[in-house]
Order: sequence, then structure tokens, then C-alpha cells
Amino acid sequence: MYGNSLQYITKAQADYARCIDDDRLEEWPSLFHGPCLYKITTASNYRDGLEAGIVFANSRGMLTDRVSALREANIYERQSYRHILGLPSILSEDGAKVKSETPFMVARILQDGDTSIYATGRYFDVYEIVDGAAQLNERTVVCDSSRIDTLLALPL
Amino acid sequence: MNKIVLPPEDARPLNWPEGLTRVPYWVFQDQSVYAEEQRKIFQGPNWHYLALEVELAEPGDFLTTHIGDTPVIVTRDTDNEIYAFENRCAHRGALICLENRGKHRKDFSCVYHAWNYDPQGNLTGVAFKDGIKGKGGMPDSFKMEQHGPRKLRIAIVHGLIFGSFSEDVPSIEEYLGEEILNRIERVLGGRKAVVLGRFTQALPNNWKLYMENVKDSYHASILHLFFTTFELNRLSMKGGIIVDESGGHHVSYSAIDPEAAKDVDYAKQQLRSESEYKLADPTLLESFDEYHDGCTLQILSVFPTFVLQQIQNAIAVRQIVPRAVDRTDLNWTYLGFADDTPEQRLTRIKQGNLVGPAGYISMEDGCVGGFVQRGIAGASEDQAVLEMGGAEANSSESRVTEASVRGFWKAYRANMGI
Repeated sequence: MYGNSLQYITKAQADYARCIDDDRLEEWPSLFHGPCLYKITTASNYRDGLEAGIVFANSRGMLTDRVSALREANIYERQSYRHILGLPSILSEDGAKVKSETPFMVARILQDGDTSIYATGRYFDVYEIVDGAAQLNERTVVCDSSRIDTLLALPL
Repeated sequence: MNKIVLPPEDARPLNWPEGLTRVPYWVFQDQSVYAEEQRKIFQGPNWHYLALEVELAEPGDFLTTHIGDTPVIVTRDTDNEIYAFENRCAHRGALICLENRGKHRKDFSCVYHAWNYDPQGNLTGVAFKDGIKGKGGMPDSFKMEQHGPRKLRIAIVHGLIFGSFSEDVPSIEEYLGEEILNRIERVLGGRKAVVLGRFTQALPNNWKLYMENVKDSYHASILHLFFTTFELNRLSMKGGIIVDESGGHHVSYSAIDPEAAKDVDYAKQQLRSESEYKLADPTLLESFDEYHDGCTLQILSVFPTFVLQQIQNAIAVRQIVPRAVDRTDLNWTYLGFADDTPEQRLTRIKQGNLVGPAGYISMEDGCVGGFVQRGIAGASEDQAVLEMGGAEANSSESRVTEASVRGFWKAYRANMGI
């Protein structure tokens, strides 16, 4: 099982990164299954057990609202991300439930061409392995730095 | 990312345009103005937010922060009092403390030459002070009590710790005035705050552009579609602006008004805020009645760089730290209270989505200052127009006014002598 889980999670990670980097944000909520939790926080808040997130969503509806707000309501300059993901580590397996940690680096590309490392950090994920695929139940994005440049519009 | 061209030194006219309705753009661009602000405002007779008392709950707790450019250590000593002093060794100027925060600290030692300080900022030890084997060491004339980092005056208001380098600053009660004090008490008074999260938003603009934005009730329901669409804050809602006598402190507040939902003023303006936008999960905006006065929004600022926010049940303090003429750090601390129920805590965390770097409302405040900073590049002899709601800096029931922005400049100019 272990080897397969790693393979399934790697595929799910790749699909997730491509979804955001290809600007297919409308599909992003559908990458979450079952009880949904998506949270962006910082390493120091995570270490200290502080509850609030930079983004906090505990329903797929809240993810959908993030996307529609970005498309229709919020004001920000056009930008895109390039996710570079490291290798997932399996933290625990309990039946079909698998917890993993995956390091990431995200470059932000602004419309004037300015490209910079925008965030580095780790995904703490809970997956459920169903029919040979890893379905994402929960994702806590823990950014290494507590500084966010200007604003955080696109999901990490 | 947002490089600006600084004006030549001689581009700054000697005089500010008359009245409060014009702000010359050089004030956001000029390096010498930035340096003067450090001296006259941040080292001057003002109170500056340092930390929350709850962050220094026990003796030995400490944290580091900034007043303007100056690094500062804040401590709680064994006498249970709060102290603050410059985070700068009296010897050669190195940072004394490199950590953001910590506990159980009995002393602070500079890593460079191990000069040692107690939690009140007194120099208590100089390594090899008497030399080795009778040779070297400090001269007899060197007295430790004559050397030490500068200490700050401290004032605590409803759990907010303020500090000042100035001996001339009035008492915090006098500085804030009764109306502002009452409005701080309304949010924080008699309750034990709990920190829910801390984040820093790096703003690509001069610090004053963020303070203008905070005080600008005119933009709130135009730039921020969220506010308006969900009737969190319409200018036609009941509310008002309080500007204190100095001009430097302000409160903007509003209350839910069922009649406002029916008004046609917004439709007439053809603003973006009249969209069909709806939330798929409206629980984001479900609130509990925390203050029993109908006020769903209260933004309060204290000159020069402190903000206390109540947006529904999202309570936060914001500390603005200038980093360079075109760079500013905005430190967010999200708050709950010790007596929150789990449901109330969840409500605050959900409404945290409204504010901060990814806030449905606040993300825009994070970029709009940069739009101005870039927009005024090359226009240092031009000036902004602040005529909404007249030319004065007075309290009013209307929030279609720039009165509190004009108030900021009134206080700024009084501080700067311009």
C-alpha cells in the first residue's frame, strides 16, 4: 500500500499545482473531497498553535467564494504562480487515510514580467485513497515566512 | 518590485500648499522627509503601539518590535511591570536581542562583546571590564550606570502597550482624549484578549499612504466590493466619523440599517459594487452580537501608526512600521477573547478572511498604496486633492468625507513643523 500511496499523492500534487499555475481556478475547489479544510498560515503561527489563517475555508463553498471573489470582486494586478513541489513524505497511514507533508516553492510572475520567489513552505495534507487515486480532504499550507508581499490573491 | 524615482533634493518647495485640502507628492518620496519623520514623529512626543499586554503575560516574557526605524525590546520584569528600551547595545550599536519573542528571560547579552543588560534595560555587565591579569580593561572613569540603551516611557490602555522616547509626551489619556479612549474601551475594555494569529504584509509604498487609506472612509465601499455587496459598510448606513482635536486620531463607525439596503444612491453611481455577486457559503458573514450597540464596524486609528479594528467579529490590531521611503510593514495581530465560546472563536476565524494580506477587503488596501506610489513617480511637484466633505478636519455624521485624512495631515504638519 505504502508505495502506491506515494504514487497517488504525487499525482494529486502535480494536478493541484497545474490547476493553479494554469489559471484553472474554477476547478480548484473540485480538488477537495469530503470534509474540506483549506488553511494558509505561517510556520511561527503553526508552531505556536495559533488558530487563525491568512486564508481559512472549512467548506467547498468557501473555496468557490475565494475564486469568484478573485474573478469578480477583488482588485489586484494580474499575476500567475509557478509551483515547484518537492517530494511528498508519508507521515501516517490509517486505512485509506494518509497524511503527508510536501515542500513547495512558489514563484510569482507579475504582468510587467517581474518574477520573484513569493513563498516557500510545506503542505500538510490529509488524503483518502479511493479507487487508485488520492483525494484531498484537508490542506494546511504552512508558509516558512510570516511576511506576505503586498497581498495574497491566488491560492497556494 | 515597485521602484520609484526620487525627486532631486531641490524639488521640494519650502512651503506646504495652504489649507488642508492639498498634499504635495514629495512628502511620499523625499528621503530627507523620511529622515525628518524619524526624528520628529517617531522619536518625538507621540505614543507608539508596542505590543499587547497579553503577549507579555508573565515575568521573563519579552518581544522585539520597532518604533519607526528604531528596534525596541519590550519586557515584563519580575516586579510584573512592563519595560521597553532600544534594542541597541550601548557599546558598538549591535542588536542586543535577535529573537522575535520568548519567555523566562532574566537578562539580555549582546553577542558581539557580551555586554549584559537586565530586563529593565540597565547595563549590568561588561566582559573583561577590569582586564585580564591587571592589564587592559575599561578605565576607572567608565561607569556602567552612565551607559545603557535609551529607555522608553510606557503607557498601557485596555491591554495595549504604548511607548515613547519623548519626555515631553502628554499622558496617554490626554494624548488620546476621551472619545478615542471610550472607543478603545468599547472593543477591548474589561476583557482578556487572546492572540489568534500574526502576519506581516509588506506594502510597496510610503507609510503615510497606508494611514491615509485607513482614515479614508470615502474609498471603503467603492474599492471594496465585499463591504458594499453584503451591506457590511455602505456610506448610506448609519454611522459617522470622529476626528479628535489634534486631527491625528480618528474613528469611523457604522451600524446596520435596514433602510440602507433599499437606497438607490449606489445604483445611480453605476459603481462596480452593484454586481450580482453572491456568496456560495454565506456563513462567512454570520455574526454574533458582541457589543450590543448595532455597530458592525469600527476602525480606530491613533497617530501616527496604530489601528484597532472591529469588522463584524473580526478584531485585530495593526501596527504600521516604515521601512524605507517606499516600503512599509503592516503587522496584523488577530484577536479573540478568553471567554469566547468555540462557536464565537470559529466565527472570528472565518471572518479573518475579510482582513489581512488575503482579506476580501484588506488585500486591496495592500496594493492601492503601491498604485499611488507608482502613479506619483515623476510628479513630485504635483499634489493630491482632498476636498470631499469640505476643507475642515471635523467629526461628522457623513462618511462621504475626507475629514479624517485632512486630520492626519493637520497632525503630521504640526509634528513636522511644516
